[in-house]
Amino acid sequence: MSDKILKGKAHLFGDNIDTDAIIPARYMTNSEPAELAKHVMEDADPNFVKNAKTGDVIVAKKNFGCGSSREHAPVAIKAAGVSCVIAKSYARIFYRNAFNMGLPIFESADAPDKIRPGDELTVDMTTGEITNVTKNEKYQAAPIPEFMQKLIADGGLMASIKKKLS
Amino acid sequence: MNMTITEKILADHAGLKSVKPGQLVNCKVDIALANDITAPISIKEFRRIGAKKVFDKERVVLVADHFAPNKDIESATQVKMLRDFANEFGVVNFYDVGRMGIEHTLLPEQGLVGPGDLVIGADSHTCTYGALGAFASGVGSTDLAAAMITGEAWYRVPEAMLFNLTGKPKKWVGGKDIILYIIGKIGVDGALYKSMEYKGDMIGHLTQDDRFTICNMAIEAGAKNGIFEADNVTKEFVNGRFKREPKYYASDPGANYLEKFDIEADDIELQVAFPHLPSNTRPISAVGEVVVDQVVIGSCTNGRLSDLKTAAEIMKGKKVAKNVRVIIIPATPTIYKQAMNGGLFDVFLDAGAVVSTPTCGPCLGGHMGILAEGEKALTTTNRNFKGRMGHPKSEVYLAGPAVAAATAIAGKICSPEDVI
Repeated sequence: MSDKILKGKAHLFGDNIDTDAIIPARYMTNSEPAELAKHVMEDADPNFVKNAKTGDVIVAKKNFGCGSSREHAPVAIKAAGVSCVIAKSYARIFYRNAFNMGLPIFESADAPDKIRPGDELTVDMTTGEITNVTKNEKYQAAPIPEFMQKLIADGGLMASIKKKLS
Repeated sequence: MNMTITEKILADHAGLKSVKPGQLVNCKVDIALANDITAPISIKEFRRIGAKKVFDKERVVLVADHFAPNKDIESATQVKMLRDFANEFGVVNFYDVGRMGIEHTLLPEQGLVGPGDLVIGADSHTCTYGALGAFASGVGSTDLAAAMITGEAWYRVPEAMLFNLTGKPKKWVGGKDIILYIIGKIGVDGALYKSMEYKGDMIGHLTQDDRFTICNMAIEAGAKNGIFEADNVTKEFVNGRFKREPKYYASDPGANYLEKFDIEADDIELQVAFPHLPSNTRPISAVGEVVVDQVVIGSCTNGRLSDLKTAAEIMKGKKVAKNVRVIIIPATPTIYKQAMNGGLFDVFLDAGAVVSTPTCGPCLGGHMGILAEGEKALTTTNRNFKGRMGHPKSEVYLAGPAVAAATAIAGKICSPEDVI
């Protein structure tokens, strides 16, 4: 995930966006990413799927992804074309799952308070620098822990396990 | 070096003398668990990378409990994936309808998890087993797939929070009220990434079931795990049941805690969590008038025999209110049989409640009690997020079995004292 700049419009959400809001359990009789993507964020914003374009960014306040362990949550977000999530903090299982699924997520104390819906953002995946093109502002996200960077460099958890097996 | 019980279990499973908060460790797991929602993804990953065997046929546990008995063709297909996988790879502990119960009640009951274990589970309520003096934490399906193959998982050693529980709980107050009270105090991210450890003289008054309920909802405060040291109550529960050798760990007197909280039994009334967060708690005296359409008594939080007994004690000889549908879900086949033989089914059925087969069912809005738009439910489950039990415009109120049973009779949220 190095040397990559993510680019898209911001969609804003509040505190404690839970995994039932990200992808309700009623759709979990299926685990196909494309199917899940049709319903992503449905109970938090019913128009999200209609309004979101490929590359767009989910911006939320604290404890994003709280609740169940369902990996379907980061899978649905990624499959919907969302390029990354920026939040003040993440629930721990969601945090692990996002890295395992290859969904970039960034932790920033100030960006979620300053970004407005529809702002054009760019995010430097290597440095964690967030640029708000619309407001001409910059914010800094916490750097991704080294251990996680190594996981990503290996191509995710399963790729590293596969390497061990062979 | 002084360590907490959580640090000691992690260190031992990582083959290290000591660990400290923030350290990343690779641990051997004793049990790897998944259910009919999470296992299908784990199985797909397992097959995708061409794994040839599970790390231990006795230590991978698959439980079809969420949408089972299969609610539709898609869920039947998911459960079939578990069944086929168990057959192909010789997974001994696959629990299908008939033997299946709600996983976090079933595993301790069947002696599959015990003191000193490190348990990884692709279900957020895996933290329940901390009540036995084990380190248990939920993960996603891919982490679980890796553990099924390698028998290992990586963890960041969590900072610890100490909850000093003192005094004797009031009449009817149980594990659910205590944990809702604590979550109400610290918030749904109050223990984010951390370990919630319980000590104090109140623990002597808590049953093993109370402790399961308290650890079960650690995740509702964002915690990595909840944990009690095993005492005689736990040893009695484990003896003759746990299939392996228990290992008893205790925190060192000088162990390090990031935060300490004093929780007094005298301050804890029966609790109700209002929509849409488990931290949105009120004592029963401050609930006001809330008329409900449905009451559910069940789930991995409160579907044990003691919960059903509490409910039956309050409902005996009474009728459920006309406006309410009451669904009682014994968590496992063993509990089902005990409740039936103990005459509890007569109490429930005579009252006008229904008794369901074991399933997670309505807790996650799966099946067996879905809410329509605008409906309200009072339930003994663990989450009240928007749409959790059905329509996004329905409402879920969380409480323990005593309040649930009283509410079933009154048709509105109330205390047992109001109906007996």
